Amino acid sequence: MTDLTRLTLAAARNGLKARQFTSSELTGAYLNAIEGGNSKLNAYVAVTAEQAQAQAKASDAKLAAGEGGPLEGIPLGIKDLFATKGVHTQAASHILDSFKPEYESSVTSNLWRDGAVMLGKLNMDEFAMGSSNETSYYGPVINPWRADNSNAQLVPGGSSGGSAAAVSAWLCAAATATDTGGSIRQPAALTGTVGIKPTYGRCSRWGVVAFASSLDQAGPIARTVEDAAIMMTSMSGFDPKDSTSVNLAVPDFAAAVERGVKGLVIGIPREYRMDGMPAEIEALWQQGIAWLKAEGATVRDISLPHTKYALPAYYIVAPAEASSNLARYDGVKYGLRDTGKDITDLYELTRADGFGREVKRRIMIGTYVLSAGYYDAYYVQAQKVRTLIKRDFENVFNDGVDAILTPATPSAAFGIGDEDMKADPVKMYLNDVFTVTVNMAGLPGIAVPAGKDGAGLPLGLQLIGKPFDEETLFAAGRVIERSAGIDFSPDKWW
Amino acid sequence: MSVDAATVKRIGRLARIRIEEGEVETYRNELNTILGFVEQLGEVDVSGVEPMTSVMPMTLRRREDKVTDGGYPEKIVANAPLTEDNFFMVPKVVE
Repeated sequence: MTDLTRLTLAAARNGLKARQFTSSELTGAYLNAIEGGNSKLNAYVAVTAEQAQAQAKASDAKLAAGEGGPLEGIPLGIKDLFATKGVHTQAASHILDSFKPEYESSVTSNLWRDGAVMLGKLNMDEFAMGSSNETSYYGPVINPWRADNSNAQLVPGGSSGGSAAAVSAWLCAAATATDTGGSIRQPAALTGTVGIKPTYGRCSRWGVVAFASSLDQAGPIARTVEDAAIMMTSMSGFDPKDSTSVNLAVPDFAAAVERGVKGLVIGIPREYRMDGMPAEIEALWQQGIAWLKAEGATVRDISLPHTKYALPAYYIVAPAEASSNLARYDGVKYGLRDTGKDITDLYELTRADGFGREVKRRIMIGTYVLSAGYYDAYYVQAQKVRTLIKRDFENVFNDGVDAILTPATPSAAFGIGDEDMKADPVKMYLNDVFTVTVNMAGLPGIAVPAGKDGAGLPLGLQLIGKPFDEETLFAAGRVIERSAGIDFSPDKWW
Repeated sequence: MSVDAATVKRIGRLARIRIEEGEVETYRNELNTILGFVEQLGEVDVSGVEPMTSVMPMTLRRREDKVTDGGYPEKIVANAPLTEDNFFMVPKVVE
């Protein structure tokens, strides 16, 4: 029998419907793969084997009766940021030790409604703050990819590094993830997987541990564009419990995948041509342009003049929102509690002990830029710049551009414990230079694997779309995936 | 603008994060690196530009002002490190 874990989500779904195998078999194959590989990859922080087997059994009963939802019997991994009732939900932080929510996030509720099976909770950067998955309390996730002729361990990107690594290494059929500045698209690009951050408001934030509320969006990481589209359809939808959820019908995203790009206008923003950008990233970008042209798209040079200010504005807005969102972790309501001589002492000791270095750094920055005397100079200025960043995109879309093509990341996967990035937090932040603009403007963005660097590591391209036009991203992303025609399977060493 | 050691301690106090004496210098350097990076925003001409309040054009939905949820205090305190009779327990705050 073929290895069931190697099937795409779409193929697994067809196999289940045709009764070629059962969800119990498929789920068992994934649980075995996790058991065999997780100690080396560290992608899962909790495995819910019993629950998975029970869900699979229920799915099998439905499938046998010719019933079941669009994801019936499909085993998924869930980022540790999503509240899952009665199951480990700690945002990979020490401060949420032993937290098991009494409720289920809206996005995961949608997945279970559609028949999906939960394999467990996936590792991530603590509170989604990081671009390498090294800030997790549970230790770094290891990228299933290695450079040619090298055993050096590489990062999978972050913050959804567990999601990306698990999908890439066949430890789940697809995974949920979240993206505040690039946390879906950057790890997808570094692992040869597909990741989409939908338009702000498309997926409910209810029950997702909050980092920066005006930027956070959930989305899937999957092995193919079609799989990502299938996941998106189930994850999306209006939710009255999220005040910024948008009441719009959810299209069948998978139906848009083979639509092609004929007649579309694709913008190429000159500001994304960064100084010191590796030649192979530039070459990949040019290759992507050629592929889209060959399939009938028109390519147009465009300008997004405020691009360079997106990352600095992000490092004001995101920490500011984080500092207030993370005020709730106080040692009283849930999680870790240190003993203090009075209530302030209890707060200060618990938070010093429970938050990791990167999280504390961001809370400190956020607290500073919101503090009396600095609010206008930093926070209000950043929000004005954000208005300008969004206006740049509106201008090009109003001029007839349908989508924008850029590189997804400035480099391929880098080594665990990179000394330069350890010494200078801003160097790590620069990983998100191509993705963060999209969050600042609330737009959808997809990362699709498109090529490999000189060492054989995957590289991705990003497509940015108009608000609520994820369908065009799936269509154009599929053209890139098909044109590249590369099998993005890492050599199994784990 | 750059922060000094006293400011680091003051921010730590505001953020309710204990900063040990030996950590002050590291924080000071890191915060100044980040603040140096965001300084470039000052060069953007924002005259007449409104600060963003909502990334998607939307007005917040309102609902009738009535209780729609609740009645399960045991669930609310279920994850608390220390409780008594469905109350959160904290060190004495009133003398």
